[in-house]
Amino acid sequence: MTDKNLRFARLLVLVNCAVPAALLGWDAWHHQLGANPVNFAILTTGLLALIFLILTLAVTPLRKVSGWNWIIFARRTLGLYAFFYASLHFLIFFAFDRSFSVSGTLSEMLKRQYLIFGSLGLFVMVPLAVTSTNAMIKRLGGKRWRALHRLAYVAAIAGVIHYYMQTKKDVRQPLVFMALLALLLAYRLVEYWRQRKPTPAPAAKTKTEA
Amino acid sequence: MKTPDKISPGEVTPPRVYLNRRKFLEAGILAASAVATGLVYRQLNHHAAGKVRTTKLAGLTPAATPGPAGTNASDGFHVDEPSTSFENITHYNNFYEFSTDKESVASAAANFDTKGWTVAVDGLVQKPKVFTIDELLKLSPPEERIYRMRCVEGWSMVIPWAGYSLSKLLAAVQPLDSAQYVAFETLLDTSRMPGQRADVLNWPYVEGLRLDEAMHPLTLLASGIYGNTLPPQDGAPIRLVVPWKYGFKGIKSIVKIKLVATQPRTTWNEAAPNEYGFYANVNPAVDHPRWSQATEQRIGQSGRRPTLPFNGYADQVAHLYAGMDLHKNF
Ligand code: HEM
Repeated sequence: MTDKNLRFARLLVLVNCAVPAALLGWDAWHHQLGANPVNFAILTTGLLALIFLILTLAVTPLRKVSGWNWIIFARRTLGLYAFFYASLHFLIFFAFDRSFSVSGTLSEMLKRQYLIFGSLGLFVMVPLAVTSTNAMIKRLGGKRWRALHRLAYVAAIAGVIHYYMQTKKDVRQPLVFMALLALLLAYRLVEYWRQRKPTPAPAAKTKTEA
Repeated sequence: MKTPDKISPGEVTPPRVYLNRRKFLEAGILAASAVATGLVYRQLNHHAAGKVRTTKLAGLTPAATPGPAGTNASDGFHVDEPSTSFENITHYNNFYEFSTDKESVASAAANFDTKGWTVAVDGLVQKPKVFTIDELLKLSPPEERIYRMRCVEGWSMVIPWAGYSLSKLLAAVQPLDSAQYVAFETLLDTSRMPGQRADVLNWPYVEGLRLDEAMHPLTLLASGIYGNTLPPQDGAPIRLVVPWKYGFKGIKSIVKIKLVATQPRTTWNEAAPNEYGFYANVNPAVDHPRWSQATEQRIGQSGRRPTLPFNGYADQVAHLYAGMDLHKNF
């Protein structure tokens, strides 16, 4: 892929990821969010955050399976959009559901288990967003950066649990998200296992051997 | 800037034009992809729309003007708050028999056929009877009742219902002394109610009331909203409305009413006993295990409002629960 094409691909992802936010804003402005606009906006941004988290986590497995190495360019943008939609999700809750009440938001966040998981998800995404720049990758060093960014899995797992728990009864959709995430996690675990198997480091005894 | 028209034939494409063409192509791809993404978003995240199937109700007695709140049951017949729009009442529905998505119920239920509807009223009664829907509606003239409706999910509406007190129907079948409870049942028909093909609840939907709750004048057998017949999404052709209880007690599209001696099973209680009780009285002091019930989002208004004990009908109904622990009997 040429530089020019890559730059264009980046722009393509950047613009398309913003389309849902733009339409949500347009609909809000035109009072077209339906009967329960605040709830609709919370649900929509929550789902978008989760979708973008899953897409972010799918980039590397897809790259390895398909051999399209260049798609790695999209990962940072997708991840930042996941953070963007999750933050928006939280801010809409804070502003329009809790009427900007800090105490009302905090007490609700601590009282409701599903919100504890949601908050955990958003919380761990903050350092990921902060360390997403090239300069930060350099400063941390690739290894530490990669270790830190495994938190993306924590965010996604917390997000899916949060979703599952707040669902009243029809859990079919949360289960689909859970299955997707499980698939991605399973791929990583298999890869991890395969990579360490052929070179059994004599010093590194696993716990099961003890 | 040079545009392609100005190039004389034979001229070699200069880099600027080449770039221009590339820009043009890129802009096209960008716009097309954004439109496609937008269409996918719209498709997955659509709103309820469409015409509502309903006809004018004949002989409706309009609601009396709201008076000062008192302990007469009729003081609760007309809440002095603006009614929720017809559009919202008919496009934001919990009716799992059609869809678990509140905004998809209207379209999923649009063609629901209620021809030949009957309601069997039996059990511990002197005069059991299978009513045709016409017989049932003619039992007493429809009255307008403007009630608050509080959903267990934390949103609420004000709905101008039409119907008559359930007590009138019960009086017609003459309950026996042994009757203590009333059990209700919704139609079970996966072809007409496609949501019943999914296993989300134990079909058919069943509900129940204590006999004194069922006999309370506020308890309404509703056949209409806004002076019109009930649209399918709101429970056509006949449904229950118990304004001081969470909305799920208001069973829709009823085919069976049975008087019984013991507390009947109810669908949501069976689905999650720790979350939905048999009584399900609106109570801001008892949270749902997963969310607060202290406030509610009134549909069509901004900001949340405090939820009232018994949904604002405490003066009329609190005596029914005197001495009961409402935290235990939630
Ligand atoms: C990683 C971060 C998060 C993700 C991925 C996420 C995702 C979701 C999803 C998918 C839903 C359900 C959407 C639906 O039912 O269609 C949801 C609902 C919700 N989330 Fe989050 N969420 C996150 C963080 C948070 C935080 C930090 C808060 C607030 C403290 C929050 C508050 C809520 C609320 C209030 C609901 C709606 C409950 C309801 O009214 O039904 N979420 N979220």
